[in-house]
Amino acid sequence: MKNRKIRKGTLGKVMHYLKKYWFLMALSVLFAGVTVAMTLYIPILVGRAVDLIAGSGAVDFVGIIRILKEGCAIILATAVLQWLMNMINNKITYQVIRDVRNEAFDKLQSLPLSYLDRHPSGEVVSRMIADVDQFADGLLMGFTQFFTGAATILGTLVFMLTINVWITLLVVVLTPLSLFVAKFIATHTYDMFRLQSETRAEQTGLIDEMIGNQKVVQAFAMEDRIQDKFDEIDRRLEKCSLKAIFYSSLTNPGTRFVNNVVYACVALTGALAAIGGAISVGGLATFLSYANQYTKPFNDISSVVTELQNSLACASRVFELIEEPSQIPDAPDAVEFKDAYGAVELEHVSFSYTKDKPLIEDLNLSVKPGQRIAIVGPTGCGKTTLINLLMRFYDVDGGGIRMDGTDIRRMTRKSLRSAYGMVLQDTWLKSGTIRENILMGRPDATEEEMIRAAKEAHADSFIRRLPGGYDTVIQEDGGSLSQGQKQLLCISRVMLCLPPVLILDEATSSIDTRTEIRIQKAFQRMMEGRTSFVVAHRLSTIRESDVILVMKDGHIIEQGNHEELLGRNGFYAKLYNSQNL
Amino acid sequence: MRKLLVYLKDYKKETVLAPLFKMLEASFELFVPLVVAAIIDEGIAGQDRFFILQRCGILILLGLIGLVCSVTAQYYAARAAVGFTGQVRRALFKHIQSLSYTEIDTIGTSTMITRMTSDMNQVQNGLNLTLRLFLRSPFVVFGAMIMAFQIDVKCALIFLVTIPILSVVVFGIMLISIPLYRKVQQRLDGVLGIARENLIGVRVLRAFCKEDEEKERFWKKNEELTGLQKYVGRISALLNPLTYVIINLAILILIHTGAVQVELGILAQGQVVALYNYMSQILVELIKLANLIISMTRAAACARRIQSVFEIRSSMPDTGTEEPGPLMGVSAATEPEPAAAVPAVEFCHVNLRYADGGEDALSDIDFSVMPGETVGIIGGTGSGKSSLVNLIPRFYDATGGSVRIYGHDVKDYPVKSLRELVGVVPQKAALFHGSIRENLQWGKKDASDDEIMEAVRTAQAEEVVLGKEGGLDYEIEQGGRNLSGGQKQRLTIARALVKKPGILILDDSSSALDFATDAALRAAVRELSGQMTVFIVSQRASSILHADKILVLDDGKVAGMGTSEELLQSCQVYREIYETQFRKEAANR
Repeated sequence: MKNRKIRKGTLGKVMHYLKKYWFLMALSVLFAGVTVAMTLYIPILVGRAVDLIAGSGAVDFVGIIRILKEGCAIILATAVLQWLMNMINNKITYQVIRDVRNEAFDKLQSLPLSYLDRHPSGEVVSRMIADVDQFADGLLMGFTQFFTGAATILGTLVFMLTINVWITLLVVVLTPLSLFVAKFIATHTYDMFRLQSETRAEQTGLIDEMIGNQKVVQAFAMEDRIQDKFDEIDRRLEKCSLKAIFYSSLTNPGTRFVNNVVYACVALTGALAAIGGAISVGGLATFLSYANQYTKPFNDISSVVTELQNSLACASRVFELIEEPSQIPDAPDAVEFKDAYGAVELEHVSFSYTKDKPLIEDLNLSVKPGQRIAIVGPTGCGKTTLINLLMRFYDVDGGGIRMDGTDIRRMTRKSLRSAYGMVLQDTWLKSGTIRENILMGRPDATEEEMIRAAKEAHADSFIRRLPGGYDTVIQEDGGSLSQGQKQLLCISRVMLCLPPVLILDEATSSIDTRTEIRIQKAFQRMMEGRTSFVVAHRLSTIRESDVILVMKDGHIIEQGNHEELLGRNGFYAKLYNSQNL
Repeated sequence: MRKLLVYLKDYKKETVLAPLFKMLEASFELFVPLVVAAIIDEGIAGQDRFFILQRCGILILLGLIGLVCSVTAQYYAARAAVGFTGQVRRALFKHIQSLSYTEIDTIGTSTMITRMTSDMNQVQNGLNLTLRLFLRSPFVVFGAMIMAFQIDVKCALIFLVTIPILSVVVFGIMLISIPLYRKVQQRLDGVLGIARENLIGVRVLRAFCKEDEEKERFWKKNEELTGLQKYVGRISALLNPLTYVIINLAILILIHTGAVQVELGILAQGQVVALYNYMSQILVELIKLANLIISMTRAAACARRIQSVFEIRSSMPDTGTEEPGPLMGVSAATEPEPAAAVPAVEFCHVNLRYADGGEDALSDIDFSVMPGETVGIIGGTGSGKSSLVNLIPRFYDATGGSVRIYGHDVKDYPVKSLRELVGVVPQKAALFHGSIRENLQWGKKDASDDEIMEAVRTAQAEEVVLGKEGGLDYEIEQGGRNLSGGQKQRLTIARALVKKPGILILDDSSSALDFATDAALRAAVRELSGQMTVFIVSQRASSILHADKILVLDDGKVAGMGTSEELLQSCQVYREIYETQFRKEAANR
């Protein structure tokens, strides 16, 4: 019952996407109708012709030729209309799929990070690509066969009635049996398909994770154990796939059997009627041909139904993604924040990823424009979380963050984020050319500006040594670039747009000391007059900061400059001295 | 593609029985028009009601036998298709796992994922349909033709002409659309790539406010995909109308010829009806065949893509037979040591050039390390530090010279034993979905909690583990998303330590750790039993200061080797690194 409800809901959503193609759909339905009517007319013509071939010496050739000419014209017209209909259906299907995929991707861009952090990327990708693909198959089949199927049933009914009412009634009474069989199978396989879909997603997650980190797997010679795990899921998938496929494939034989029974009954009653003279032999031939055609669309429709079953299960997973609540949209009166001075204030900020485990509580901090804030503390103390909040990747649970006196929730995310320049710990580059990557923050920068930024980040020299220079194409994970080189590119990226506030998350951790010294100098220049938050591990960086935040377990336990903190002889002093171990 | 068929061998019975039962079903179907012809020509013409009743009973019986055959066939087809795909999927996964770093670099992750997922599904569907229909449809077509010959040769000639014409049309369209479907798949891969990239790089993209731009990029790629899909669709859309025209024109000609034959007294009316029925059956079956061929070509394209991954052989033959001796592990530390003179790791004039790289990443690296020594490797970005250590567990093969471990070339060991001997902590800390315990047991399958906690303590990760709810049972999410960078790094170090490797490689793996933790880590590693040979790759001079031997790399060459003191005297590059880092500290003090 519940499943049906879900299905119905999903169907309604599919309809929503189809709405904008109503004209084409109407045309498709019209063509389907005409095509079917003409297709059905052919057996009548043949029946008439058969009646003109009563036996040796009783053949009416003139009549036959006339019928054949008429047939020719109808056949050609049918073919043309059928072709047009196919084209329209193609167009609708592929465009709807495109729309769904676009919408899913658009959703991706507005989903809160809390969702994305919680869901394996493989699973989300599987929804956007594999499920949508499966859905496309079902939709196309639905279009091409559902309309024609329905029209054929109706048309056949009408044509049969014109020949003989009683035999028609017989057909009408018996055929629902085939519908019943189809429906019975469909409702009983929906859950199997859903289970198959879920197991498949689980497997995709594993594949994504393991193949994505193949190198680590190999370094630990874990291939066999991973294989075992994979095999276990795969065997489960095999089992539920077999069930889903086998049971759903019973539809065809089941309905075909019902059809055969109908056919036999038509032959029986028709033949008996023919003896009585109520129907001609040609009429019987037409009827038999109809009995075949009348039941075939039921087959089609039932196979469409099973396919739709599968595709609706996939669609519901896609819609689940699309309907996932977006991040809280920018307030309607949100300010377009411009020319930041870089005064940042945190007031009584509290935040946690999971409600039952408080992480940051009552955090207060006031940063004047141009100040440099070093965040230090043991790993896992909440430094990354602080950045999540500053850039509004996550919203605070309590208190507020203000930029130049305005609460950041009262400004557009975009304008807030463009005020920040960020170099994260996990370097990430986009697939594309080096140039595209550097220009990410300022696509309109000139060639000179770009090269200057790269030079300042000390990336220019290695970029020039790459086979294609600035036009070298790099793959999604940076491919053959070293971690340090990737980081230099990330720095160049920020160097180019020079936003008023900088967030440097262990920015230079993978760059050798010689290069780093130069980068530090460039950073110094960059940071002049700019507020900067540095998640720092280097004492030299920390010492030159205006404020040092010492964090531990989500709390700022000490706050002050280097001398003050050393004088306090607390946690910071301990950290500092440990460097000389 | 042929090679994939090997995986059908466990399903021989199913692959034979499925089409066989389908054929049986089809042959029963072929009798139907004959029965109907008899009803018309004998039953109706002879006014024999009992005869008609009897024949209709036969029709139902034929249907019943058909049902049984068909259900059997469906079952075997599903079993074979699902079982086959499962086997291929497992084999492919295994194969991908056997590829060396070089091949992983070239194929790319998203391609491999598509092969494992959507391509596999297509193959499964294709095979299932093929088993069900591929024999059935041609059988009905040719069966109908043979039946036609039984009835009347002249009329059967129409069948003989129609079938080839239909085949030409059907296969012509197929041949055109096959390569196009392959292209569709490629574009789908592209779309998938963007989606994946956007999920992984979401923070950076949002920080740069790239949402709209990415949307546009996706829309464009998606539009390209849609465009191509529609184009292929247009070609496939020709198939049904064309076949319809051909078969129906053939029916008209058949009626005319039939009329002539009846006039001549050769045929009876019912037989013409039977011929007409046969011709109609051909249409139905040919359309099925046509649709089947569409699915088959799609599936075949996918199968070929899968096959091509199978064809990529690891460029690293695993033919070694030398089993590492017991004394190579840490456990041997307490035993007397006869092989002390054998270096743990020895590089003899090693060169390395990557498959796609133009220049040598490493050239003429020559050094040796005795068991228990700690080696520091320092050098600029891209100087080849990682490349060098990657040669020890044989992630890549040296393109010149040789790398020897405990006196034997790394190629002489089975890769698996070699990697059990060497513990690696890679730059990028990757953890996997599962409990902390499961993750740490990567190092040693049956490691006890005590062993694990010992490694955890050495890796300075005790507070990480204890701080998590459930301790070792804490569930790490995919990609370790619920841990910070530093936590991940420490756990990856612990993971390598759990197996108590003879050789431990820390490839710049403490970059996310603060100084205190880093120093404590190094001290703890140093305290570990003396036989472990340790390589520390680092950017920080302080991390390698106390190493027994420091290797300074510059542009893929060894710029200096020795202890810190020696290098300060002899190596300019080292001095520069050292001084920039420490002078500043001193100046500020």
